[in-house]
Amino acid sequence: LSLGGLRLSLVRFSFLLLRGALFSFLAVTMTKLAQWLWGLAILGSTWAALTTGALGLELPLSCQEVLWPLPAYLLVSAGCYAMATVGYRVATFHDCEDAARELQSQIQEARADLARRGLRF
Amino acid sequence: MATSSGSCRERHFRFRLLFPSDWDKLKNFMELGKSGINYEIIIIDDGSPDGTRDVAEQLEKIYGSDRILLKPREKKLGLGTAYIHGMKHATGNYIIIMDADLSHHPKFIPEFIRKQKEGNFDIVSGTRYKGNGGVYGWDLKRKIISRGANFLTQILLRPGASDLTGSFRLYRKEVLEKLIEKCVSKGYVFQMEMIVRARQLNYTIGEVPISFVDRVYGESKLGGNEIVSFLKGLLTLFATT
Repeated sequence: LSLGGLRLSLVRFSFLLLRGALFSFLAVTMTKLAQWLWGLAILGSTWAALTTGALGLELPLSCQEVLWPLPAYLLVSAGCYAMATVGYRVATFHDCEDAARELQSQIQEARADLARRGLRF
Repeated sequence: MATSSGSCRERHFRFRLLFPSDWDKLKNFMELGKSGINYEIIIIDDGSPDGTRDVAEQLEKIYGSDRILLKPREKKLGLGTAYIHGMKHATGNYIIIMDADLSHHPKFIPEFIRKQKEGNFDIVSGTRYKGNGGVYGWDLKRKIISRGANFLTQILLRPGASDLTGSFRLYRKEVLEKLIEKCVSKGYVFQMEMIVRARQLNYTIGEVPISFVDRVYGESKLGGNEIVSFLKGLLTLFATT
């Protein structure tokens, strides 16, 4: 590990740290929309920086091949996760049949009782 | 949509019923409140044409006006103002809000109170999506829409509560007053906004699973209009909170 490389790593590391700190601080006071935009901007700029080699990194070719279509992969995965989650939740959505039956019998009881007490329906 | 709310002070319960609602539902609701808790009901009727006031007066006679208080209003005003109007007459420290069409069952009220004491929560929210919470009377399409909308809401708003559009909740009185002041939306979105604002103000929220029995009285339809206004409300909250 050369001195130049070490310095570069240090710079990158502190850049990420500062960005993370700034983001978490702002996250507390930002609207959800602003948080999303910030998050996308940060991820987007990182991805752009890495794929265009702006940070002067020499990534192995296999890494670059994965990195380039990563946003598309993530989008599709997010879509699949969403559908799977909603599907699972719909399938396990509890049907309260007992509650419905109990309610019906209670309504009958209630009407009878109120009629006895003199309520004109 | 009919809602009711109650306030309680220690072991005393005060319920407040807000209308419009079918008078039939009101009668049955009254009887179902027999869970051994000392309660009082304050009825706020916004001039419903379906005989609600008549039934309310009859009930007031039957149960006595220490149990039932009728506080009518001249014409139909909003939900938020109805809550405020009712709160003026309530003397308790906690307020429970629920639908009066029997989709929310009073039997859960002791659960809410217990939960509130357990964690000293500012708000206790009934949830249909967790624990043995659930629904009855919904077809597949309705369930998909409900879960889908809830998923979207969780992703976008990260609210810290699993059921945002539900309206069966217990609030501390001052918390409810504060939240009503801050909320501007209507309908489903009003309920969502309450929770979102509560999170903003760092109020604590507890949850109790409830069963929601739909279509006891009439169809509860979810049309295109409701979906559109829900999405508009969701995006507004997303962009402004």
